[in-house]
Amino acid sequence: MIHEDMICPFCGCLCDDLVIETEGSEVVRVDNACTLGSHKLMNAGKHRLKAPIMRDGGAWRDASYEEAMEYTAGILLDADRPLLYGWSSTQGEAQGAGVSMAELLGGVIDSTTSVCHGPSILAIQEVGHPGCTLGQVKNRADLIVYWGCNPTEAHPRHMSRYTTYADGYFLENAFRDRKLIIVDVRKTETGSIADEFMQVKPGGDYAVLSALRAIVRGREDVVPPTVAGVTKEQLLRVAALCKEAKFGALFFGVGLTMSPGKYKNVRNAIELVDDLNRYTKWTLTPLRGHYNVYGSNEVFTWMTGYPYAVDFSRQIAFYNPGETTAVDILARQECDAALIVASDPGAHFPKKCLEHLASIPSVLIDPMHTMTTPLVRCQIPVAVTGMDASGTAYRMDGVPIHVKKFLDLGYPTDTEIITKIFEKVTEVRHP
Amino acid sequence: MSELLVKNAYVIDPINRIDGEVMDIAVRDGRIVEDVGPKAEVIDAEGCLTLPGGVDSHTHVCGTKVNFGRYMSPEDMRAGREVRRGVKHATSGYSVPTTYANSYRYALMGYTTLLEGAMAPLEARHTHEEFSATPLQDMMANTLFDGNWGVMKAVSEGDIERVAAIVGWTLSAVKGFGIKLTNPGGTEAWGYGKDLRCIKDEVPHFGVTPAEIIEAMIRACEMLRLPHSVHLHCNNLGTPGNYSCTVGTFNLVPDLNEKRQSLYATHVQFHSYGGSDWKTFCSKAEPVAYTVNNRPQIVIDMGQVMFGKTTTMTADGPMEFNLYRLHHNKWSNHDVELETGSGIIPVLYRKKNLVNSIMWAIGLELGLLVKDPWRCLLTTDNPNGAPFVKYPEIIALLMSKKYRDAEFATVHRRTESRVDLPALDRELDWNEIAVMTRAGQAKALGIVDIGKGHLGIGAEADIAVYPLKVGEIDPAQEYQKVIDGFARAKWTVKRGRPVARDGEILVHGENTTIWVDPKISPERDMSRDPEFTEMFNHWYSVRMSNYPVQDEYLKRHLRMETEAAI
Ligand code: SF4
Repeated sequence: MIHEDMICPFCGCLCDDLVIETEGSEVVRVDNACTLGSHKLMNAGKHRLKAPIMRDGGAWRDASYEEAMEYTAGILLDADRPLLYGWSSTQGEAQGAGVSMAELLGGVIDSTTSVCHGPSILAIQEVGHPGCTLGQVKNRADLIVYWGCNPTEAHPRHMSRYTTYADGYFLENAFRDRKLIIVDVRKTETGSIADEFMQVKPGGDYAVLSALRAIVRGREDVVPPTVAGVTKEQLLRVAALCKEAKFGALFFGVGLTMSPGKYKNVRNAIELVDDLNRYTKWTLTPLRGHYNVYGSNEVFTWMTGYPYAVDFSRQIAFYNPGETTAVDILARQECDAALIVASDPGAHFPKKCLEHLASIPSVLIDPMHTMTTPLVRCQIPVAVTGMDASGTAYRMDGVPIHVKKFLDLGYPTDTEIITKIFEKVTEVRHP
Repeated sequence: MSELLVKNAYVIDPINRIDGEVMDIAVRDGRIVEDVGPKAEVIDAEGCLTLPGGVDSHTHVCGTKVNFGRYMSPEDMRAGREVRRGVKHATSGYSVPTTYANSYRYALMGYTTLLEGAMAPLEARHTHEEFSATPLQDMMANTLFDGNWGVMKAVSEGDIERVAAIVGWTLSAVKGFGIKLTNPGGTEAWGYGKDLRCIKDEVPHFGVTPAEIIEAMIRACEMLRLPHSVHLHCNNLGTPGNYSCTVGTFNLVPDLNEKRQSLYATHVQFHSYGGSDWKTFCSKAEPVAYTVNNRPQIVIDMGQVMFGKTTTMTADGPMEFNLYRLHHNKWSNHDVELETGSGIIPVLYRKKNLVNSIMWAIGLELGLLVKDPWRCLLTTDNPNGAPFVKYPEIIALLMSKKYRDAEFATVHRRTESRVDLPALDRELDWNEIAVMTRAGQAKALGIVDIGKGHLGIGAEADIAVYPLKVGEIDPAQEYQKVIDGFARAKWTVKRGRPVARDGEILVHGENTTIWVDPKISPERDMSRDPEFTEMFNHWYSVRMSNYPVQDEYLKRHLRMETEAAI
């Protein structure tokens, strides 16, 4: 069977033009997706956990869904400070149910944002965010900047769908008329096709952004001959390109958010874009990784007022990244139970955090065995959103997309499982 | 079968011409009926002011822009925190509160129906998601068409039927309610960092002017027989001297509908400015109100500014950037491909600031100078002029000259020479307030026939009982009682069920999303139009098939089908 216009549930590009061919319950062919997307879709039916598993002494045993959910509700209810973490590779509906559960439990809910674009959000909270939808970039932008990111590897279709290689309504020959600037600490594959590759010494982003801002504001006299390894000559050239553009679009990744300077780097980038808007049109977009990490920020925000790291232990929503973020709570050995949903902290968190995670009762809701599995006491397999479950996801630019189901493998969805656990919690702790 | 009897209610129901009659209101299964059986639940209104549930015909409570207002403002969230209790979720936020907080606070003030003023079609799903998380009000969304490429092309070809067909298809696809134009053409110009000054400027690349867009959309709206008229945020918002653009726009509007206005002009306070710069800034509410008084096809809302902190948010992207350059606080912008844009900045309206003081006066002047309360509705363009929780104060200001004078004495002293407010003696009565806050709003939205804004037999049982004994209070003198009374309804009944009482939320409810589905002839079905689908699939960043909002996003909904004349 051929399924057209399907949505790729991998990265924040949320490409929606996939053609997927299935035979029975197998995916046999994926067209239009990049290798990351096709790999996920071709294999997501395969390595599934068959049923919930629970730890039995040193070994695992199979369990029923009922037992696993009962166990999950139990550990969450017993905990003084439960942590509900993850949420970036699942549907918005599950995220919403998670927030309600965290609220009732007086727990902490956080998403993977806190280890990727959390600093971008802190910067936005200080100075705002001049952005736009990706179609706006595709149709108008004659200058694209990628800063501290490598779309070729991490968002492989970003350039063909939305930037460098995309047709643009207002550009006669988009590929020829569009300029590309890459800023990075090393020359990646993306860097080799750039009109300007600006190599910044590690940790030098803030200084380079400041130098560009000074030039844009007419103060090139204060800029020294080189800034973090970039020559003044190149800075002047880049600033001129930025001012001459009719529409400039700056994209940035964790190379900017997680390098020294962190959220101040992003703040400086936003303010550079603000400055440039006094001359011409500029926008800025964080390249979000997981396909629905932005959705977790959206859902958390309309329900609690804050985009991530929300702590309900005082019965109000309290937010203080650095204190209420998952890594910090684990590192301080504060939480005494954890529910991990649709993410893999086992592969990303510091060792100290994982040691604590392994020492407390915890449950993982995920379709497959992951690096987190060995750390938890129970895992509940679910459907893969965008394959055997549908739901809402938010693209990196905030456009909400309905991710579609095209297979039925008989697994419950994240939303169903979390809602049922929530019901069990509600039976004991009435709202 | 559920039954409710609201006894001894002092009823003002302008649509049914009831002005202060003590009576009982019987409710069965969510509708108002002649009478109910002896087992009905009884609420004793004790002779208190009882009105149809409040209707807000222009507010910003759900959707991408509103949520971004929250996202960028943790400082605002700290202001409105309340703990989770009973059926009530924890809340946060003052000027852009969380979805629950908006819903609770409106319910406590007796509001039961809200129109989200601006929904970008491409991002409609977000608005509907928040609607489903809004427990206590019925919701609808005006849909933005100000920079819509398909519409502008059809306008430039002079094909009004095509304009209507595009609007109709889009409304059905995104489950929208009515047409919203925000700075028409200006938001497209902002795509390249430009703006339009007024209705005769040409939109770059599209060869049309705002005047042409507005007129074509008014005609298309009538062709589609939409319940609500075109809902316009005029060009050139917030600049000194813009009143002439506003008056020019109003003078353009044909009178095409006997039942309601042809144009709903929103937050007119922001469009009634005189002077040639901020130094000579002054009120021009008088000529604007004069035009409204003489053109019955126009209904406006006030867009009242109240002092204090708030967050401004509008689809008018260029205007927000200009404001940012004045305020230097923080700025967010979000242009939406082929459709519209938006901007957000926080502001603090200060009494010490002359411009802010004049703005405050202009809104009130409009409320007092427009003679017919059915044509000047009470809003703050929440949260742009002020958060909606300020409505009770605005009601009191309109009802009491004494209160206005007392407040006027505290604003910037040079305001006096720039405004007419101190000279206006009019004091609105309870009936006029009922019109401006529900009956008139329902009529302007075209939802009276589905039972909104009144208490007649068959109406939706949306009822607000306020702790105000009309006969015992002189609103001109005892304005504090008016404020307190409207701030906290004694009872709010939604679809026949008491949802709030004396400041407490009683239930976790479920709203109805009201949307409009114009029935268009198959030849005009845009989903089969080659040029339209080609434009769509080539220039949008989502496929056309992935654009419409699926039914599952609307939990409980009311589809208003219209027989379009195309
Ligand atoms: S770019 Fe991202 S969303 Fe698009 S196909 Fe590749 S992984 Fe999927």
